[in-house]
Amino acid sequence: MKNKTLRNILIIVVVILVILIDFPILSNVKEKIFKREVTAELGLDLRGGMQVVLQAPEGYQIDQETLQVAASILENRANALGVSEVVFQVAGDNYIVGEFPGLENIDEVVGVIKQTGMLEFVDVGDDYLEPGTVIQTDYTGSGSTASTDTAATETTAAATPEVAPTAESTDAAATEAAAVPTSDKIYHTVITGADLEDVFVSAPQSPTDGYAVSFTLKSDATQVFADYTTNNIGKALAIVLDHKVVSTPVIRQAITSGEGAISGSGENAYTYDEANNLRITLFYGTLPVSLEIAESRVVGPTLGQDSLNKSLLAAAIGFIIISLFMLIYYRLPGFVAIISITIFGLITYAIYLVIPVTLTLPGIAGFLLSVGSALDANILQFERLKEELRRGRNLQQAVDLGWSRAWPSIRDSNLATLITSAILFWFGSTFGASIVKGFALTLAIGVVISLFTALFVTRTLLSSTIERFKDSDKAKWFGI
Amino acid sequence: MKLNILGKRYLFFFISLAMIIPGLVIIAIHGLPLSIDFTGGSMLEVQFATEKAPAMNDVLDLYASNGITDTQVQFSNSDEGVVAVIKSSSLTQEQHSAIISSLESDFDPNLVELKFDTVGPSISQSVTQRALLAIAISALAVIIYITFAFRGIQHAFRYGVCAIIAMVHDILIVISLGAIGSQLFGWQMDSLYLTALLTVIGFSTQDKIVVFDRIRENSPIMRRVPFEKIVNHSIVQSLQRSINTQLMTSEFLLLSLALFGGTTLREMCIILLVGLLSGTYSSIFIASPILVVWENKEWKTWFKKAKTTEA
Repeated sequence: MKNKTLRNILIIVVVILVILIDFPILSNVKEKIFKREVTAELGLDLRGGMQVVLQAPEGYQIDQETLQVAASILENRANALGVSEVVFQVAGDNYIVGEFPGLENIDEVVGVIKQTGMLEFVDVGDDYLEPGTVIQTDYTGSGSTASTDTAATETTAAATPEVAPTAESTDAAATEAAAVPTSDKIYHTVITGADLEDVFVSAPQSPTDGYAVSFTLKSDATQVFADYTTNNIGKALAIVLDHKVVSTPVIRQAITSGEGAISGSGENAYTYDEANNLRITLFYGTLPVSLEIAESRVVGPTLGQDSLNKSLLAAAIGFIIISLFMLIYYRLPGFVAIISITIFGLITYAIYLVIPVTLTLPGIAGFLLSVGSALDANILQFERLKEELRRGRNLQQAVDLGWSRAWPSIRDSNLATLITSAILFWFGSTFGASIVKGFALTLAIGVVISLFTALFVTRTLLSSTIERFKDSDKAKWFGI
Repeated sequence: MKLNILGKRYLFFFISLAMIIPGLVIIAIHGLPLSIDFTGGSMLEVQFATEKAPAMNDVLDLYASNGITDTQVQFSNSDEGVVAVIKSSSLTQEQHSAIISSLESDFDPNLVELKFDTVGPSISQSVTQRALLAIAISALAVIIYITFAFRGIQHAFRYGVCAIIAMVHDILIVISLGAIGSQLFGWQMDSLYLTALLTVIGFSTQDKIVVFDRIRENSPIMRRVPFEKIVNHSIVQSLQRSINTQLMTSEFLLLSLALFGGTTLREMCIILLVGLLSGTYSSIFIASPILVVWENKEWKTWFKKAKTTEA
């Protein structure tokens, strides 16, 4: 049958293709095609790390766009601080999920998040304010200030874990909960962090100087800032984050061009790290909304590695036992099933790599269950096949009939599972339950591929192999 | 064909109830053994070298000195040492660091912090709500799908409803198991437990459909045969497949995961093991018999003992 040859060729092509994807061969070519390294992405529970779920204060409405902006600011800020491979994602209406793979020091994470800064440049006149001083300003211009204020009161009362920053995160890091003004004086805010166009660190002008933090202003703010600095030379301009003073530079000259620099001098000269921290504070300091930590999870790297190794071992043992059972009970079809399940595994893994699917422990469980589902599709066929053989059909008829009888139940049962996993996926992604989401995704992929292997691989291989067997052999090879 | 499964249907209903009720009684007395994933709070998992592990009171005192009084501690032994699972209300970062450094200085300087989870109360509430919503929606979707897939035979709607009743049975079995496990082994219903439960739900319908498919196939052929006989015949026909798929494949995989997989997965695997078994059991002994009960309208002879089938 020409059709059959074609099917066999197609199977071989698919197998070669997925083997090329699965194993580390031709990595260069694959990198060009997918524009990234094609390796398995392990979830936090397998490689260790920290996950935090951030939440806007209760009762505070935010739109998706604002959340998205906040997530990308957090991600930039974390990456700028040198915390590697951090991902911040919006989940559902109200959450941002941050993942810090391989991170053991929680303080670093907290430093990044707690700086949910509302950044202001405040006119403090002749007062020199020490960094850390809490002040009040007249800036109430937008929703974001209002939200910072609510957050400050709410976090003190809320039962959510209030994670305190540590000194090394930056000198500006301030617990909102502690933001109680030390004096009643209300200062005037000249410009806010939203008026900054760009901020960068510039190298020392001479060996005695420190690094400087240069900034350019957006055009609307340039005039305001020019007027202010012209009139206030020699006075102090405090940089204030979340109502806490970060630094109080003195205005040395009028800044009319919208370009300025902040630098220390003498003992206070900035090192590169200090300047860079200030840059990050200025540039990424302003989140459009303030966020609190609703949930945090830390998995030690040893536990993760241990779980991965053990799960892989367990899967291998399980697979060997199943193979033995299939061979002994179903004989020739059992052998075909093992090949077909192996192909199933190869295709599924290739799809995990291509999408890419992040592998987590529940994800592995989902995969193993879909292996069960794929086996079920084979067993359903073989049971029907045996029934037809017992009724005296010849091999070819039995294979075809067994297939067509088993198909409706394979189709309907798998579709029902697919419906459930789609709903689970939705459930997982709307509120950041990456556990459930990972499980549902691997299960759904597995079910689809198992339909394909049942429909295509097992059936084709079986009808190709039976050509080599005589009907009189059926007791021996089919275990009737 | 000689096997008369349906004849003993009330016996099977009774067996199921006997497995479900103890768990429900435990829940009625002690409440659901919810983990911090649903209640909010902190959970710290620390591994000590066997000879250096603190006693339970040491941990309680340490927490109390940090201002936390609702602490619960559980110890378990593993190859690498003693693992303490400490549950409490939410810890702040300072409290967490203080506790870890005290544990290091007082007991084992080389302790390994395996896990530290903190969940706020508002997020846990939304998890539970959405999980229930997800389950309800999938149940509805499954009923609609089955009704559609079985539209060729009489009372297609019943098949969907019976599949869902049997699914509720499986859920109850898993919840009952969780409750019993919480009393015997200190299990907690956490997000992995939820995942296991959702899986059981996903696969529950798969089994029912395989059996129902036989009924769907046999019904037009065996027109003159009473419905009860058709169903019994269909169950017996699909029995071999049910046993092979369940016992020989899925259960093997799960058993080997439970035995050789990491401790993280063990509880989940045991729940899946029992849950999937229950899924197969209920497709044969619950879903199909209820179809027959419905067809015969047997409740007319029950004299208000309507509770039995609800299981």
